[in-house]
Amino acid sequence: MEYKNVLTTCIYCGCGCGLYLETLDGRITGVWPAKTHPISQGKLCIKGWNASGFVYHPDRLKTPLIRKDGELVEATWDETLSLIAERLGTIKAESGPNSIAFLSSAKCTNEENYLLQKLARAVIGTNNVDHCARL
Amino acid sequence: MIEEIRQAVAERLEELDGVVALRKSSKGVAPHLFQKEDDLSELEIAPRYPLMTVVSKLHKVFPDIRLGIVARGCDERAFVEMAKRNQIDPDRLSIIGFACTEEEAQECYCSEPYPQHLLVGTPPPPGPPNPLVAEYEARSLEKRRVFWKHQFLKCLKCYGCRNICPECFCEACAMEDAAWVEPGLLAPPFPMFHLIRAMHMASRCVACRQCELTCPAHIPLTVLYDLMRRDIETLLGYVPGADMAAPPPLSVTLDEAPLLVGASH
Ligand code: SF4
Ligand code: SF4
Repeated sequence: MEYKNVLTTCIYCGCGCGLYLETLDGRITGVWPAKTHPISQGKLCIKGWNASGFVYHPDRLKTPLIRKDGELVEATWDETLSLIAERLGTIKAESGPNSIAFLSSAKCTNEENYLLQKLARAVIGTNNVDHCARL
Repeated sequence: MIEEIRQAVAERLEELDGVVALRKSSKGVAPHLFQKEDDLSELEIAPRYPLMTVVSKLHKVFPDIRLGIVARGCDERAFVEMAKRNQIDPDRLSIIGFACTEEEAQECYCSEPYPQHLLVGTPPPPGPPNPLVAEYEARSLEKRRVFWKHQFLKCLKCYGCRNICPECFCEACAMEDAAWVEPGLLAPPFPMFHLIRAMHMASRCVACRQCELTCPAHIPLTVLYDLMRRDIETLLGYVPGADMAAPPPLSVTLDEAPLLVGASH
């Protein structure tokens, strides 16, 4: 019998609310708001309260999928990243950098979003950077 | 006081499988199950979490374990009402009770800021009644409606009040049932969303204030629940959490036989 509460940060938006993932014998059994957290002070929105919902969900994607002959097929990260790099290179060469847009995410850290816009601007050469919350 | 509590927990852990309490780490304070090998200097008593919910989860998954809980008055009241509704097994729970401070009692407007199983501390004077309740009652019926309409318009429908409440444990929740609460509306339909919960808390609410503390919209939910508690006391003579032997009035059948068992003490 091992009961634990593990502090983490909600992954659903940029607010950074603190929450505990409650685990029983290594399996997540719920969420507690973090009352001592300076940002959220023991409060959460509906997404935070359900932040663990996807963990064991049968529809959860665990590997990248590549569409091959109209079918989504599981792929490795190496294969996927190579394909993305190759396609971005081709599209840029054929249609110019402004034919490409980058969508960042509130689920990522500031630093990750910084890196994404850097990739857009410095590597591809476009200012087409937007945010998932505006989709 | 906290040293006395740690000492009492250490003693009980000689016989029990674990004690539910709060644990402080560099990252904050959270509910924890202390077991024999754990460092009891990490045991904390604030801020308040509904620890009986943790006991209930553990009792249901492990039908043989014997637990302890470091409990305030409101935790003990939650224990009583949960036992009556078969959410925990009172024979497998030992209460290490401590008194709240006078400041805490005032902050919570708590009329009984200590448990009956009081082991550590002395009972502070009860807190004053919530002044918002008197303010509310001074209003006309129409103004009361406007008050709640305004308050509930702020609701984010996070379900936090339900999730954190130690007395909210139904498997199927009417607040998620489209027949009662039309889905997709924000704020949720007035007044159904909130009044369903309030009605379901009648004879259950133990005045722990967890709902109000977790509400991101700062809705003064305990005004509603204080009044509900008062009605149940004046109309049915029942004070939730006060007496393990008293059958909950809304869980008896028409011939007055208790519908639910579990009140074995
Ligand atoms: S005060 Fe709120 S959280 Fe506590 S028992 Fe009553 S309704 Fe539930
Ligand atoms: S905690 Fe507050 S905001 Fe969330 S559902 Fe309850 S009343 Fe609404």
